[in-house]
Amino acid sequence: MSVEILSVENLVCRYQGHEALTDVSFAVTAGDYVGIVGPNGSGKSTLIRAVLGLVPPDNGRVTLFGVPVASFREWRRIGYLPQSMRLFNPAFPATVEEVVRLGLLSQKRFPRRVGGRRDTSAVEWALEALGITGIRRKLIGELSGGQQQRALLARAIVGRPELLILDEPTTALDPETRERFYSLLGELHRGDGTTIILVTHDTGSIGSLASRLIYVDRRIIFNGTLEDFCQSEEMTAFFGEASQHLICHRH
Amino acid sequence: MTLMAMLQYGFIQRALVAGALIAVLCAVLGVFLVLRRLSLIGDGLAHVTFGSVAVALFAQVNPLAVTLAAIPLVMLSALGILKLMERAKIFGDAAVGIVSSLGIAVGVLLAGLSGGFSVDLFSYLFGNILSVNREEVIIAALLFVIIMAAISLYYHELLAVTFDEELARTSGVRAGRVNLVLVLLTSLIVVLAMKVAGIMLVSSLIVLPAVTALQVATGFRTALVLAAVAALFSVLAGIITSFALDLPAGATIILLNFALFLAAFAGRKLIRRH
Repeated sequence: MSVEILSVENLVCRYQGHEALTDVSFAVTAGDYVGIVGPNGSGKSTLIRAVLGLVPPDNGRVTLFGVPVASFREWRRIGYLPQSMRLFNPAFPATVEEVVRLGLLSQKRFPRRVGGRRDTSAVEWALEALGITGIRRKLIGELSGGQQQRALLARAIVGRPELLILDEPTTALDPETRERFYSLLGELHRGDGTTIILVTHDTGSIGSLASRLIYVDRRIIFNGTLEDFCQSEEMTAFFGEASQHLICHRH
Repeated sequence: MTLMAMLQYGFIQRALVAGALIAVLCAVLGVFLVLRRLSLIGDGLAHVTFGSVAVALFAQVNPLAVTLAAIPLVMLSALGILKLMERAKIFGDAAVGIVSSLGIAVGVLLAGLSGGFSVDLFSYLFGNILSVNREEVIIAALLFVIIMAAISLYYHELLAVTFDEELARTSGVRAGRVNLVLVLLTSLIVVLAMKVAGIMLVSSLIVLPAVTALQVATGFRTALVLAAVAALFSVLAGIITSFALDLPAGATIILLNFALFLAAFAGRKLIRRH
């Protein structure tokens, strides 16, 4: 029997007077690889932030690993990469290595100290996995957008989380790095059994990656397997043949 | 007068010890505050200190009691700033502005009621490190140990929240508690620092060493160490220079801090050009 990792029930989030999300319900089980797609401003990032308890819902319920998100404490089980680091201060003086190390904080108890042989080897693995060992001592603010993105991805995976939530992780990556990154996600999913929720605009790639697709436009328009999505005449009518083909052609 | 002769004076020794302890604390906390865009919280809390000093002088208590009375009042004000930011959804600078003007208003009102600004009140406004007494050195040393221990215990959490508060929350960091620790430590240091630089200049002790360090830092720990070194140099050199040249100590310390900032800024530009 598959274990439910995330459950979202009748979620409603309002933002500046309008509903950013309306009656959203879905569940993610262990081992899923879920792609969340939708147009700009469709509420994808709000959904992810509500799932992580960063946005209080106006209605509905979110549980992570069976625990309501407001009282959830086992953050070591989750790795998160926010969308393009919003207000990230470019003058921040932390090195890549210092930033990646912060990803291990969720595994510690007060006083949270990151160090020691085990932490060091975890950081080494993450730096290597993202191909950023050579820039470990560089300041994060001095890196290109793609390098920053990789450093933050390393931070998200360094603790080998059970659930990895990635909000538009490939926007700043060049095609080669993007492929390498997708391949790493595949390894984590197949090898470690990591459950992945990937919010993306990269509809061209999502078909070959995810086992399930959720299409959000303030509400859930579609939630099912890619086979269902590609064969659904209703979806063809909704998206148009060209958009549906873009998602399905690589599958 | 030679440096060695100068160091024979008890008041110079006390000034150097207290100044060094306070400057290092201001600088280390300053790195977190500047990066969190809370630089002006020092200024705001210093204005509250003005209000609490006026209250204490109005009540005609001794100088040590002035310092001790200011601590809880400034801490409460720091909590007020946090609550205004969280509950009233007011931006940090506006919350600091509200509490700051309230502190000044109370101070001016009480100064007026007690017959105008006294010499005592002026000494708190502009600071007089050379008048630090033995008890104040002991308080500075105790608070140095407490504040450094707190920063050490919360180091990674402070770093995580400073880097990105939401990301820190998803690492299980209780950002609210960390923010609370940061503002309470800041209020302690502001009260302590009023003797060094005075209420008017105290935020410079927090901001200047931090921005100097950020010009040349190669990592977060390096930034903390460099800020502490810059602050230490400014305070020690500032006290000695001010005594030797008969200048106001607080202002001399701040000007030396500013000179270091200019040097770091220019150095960074030069390094980037080559």
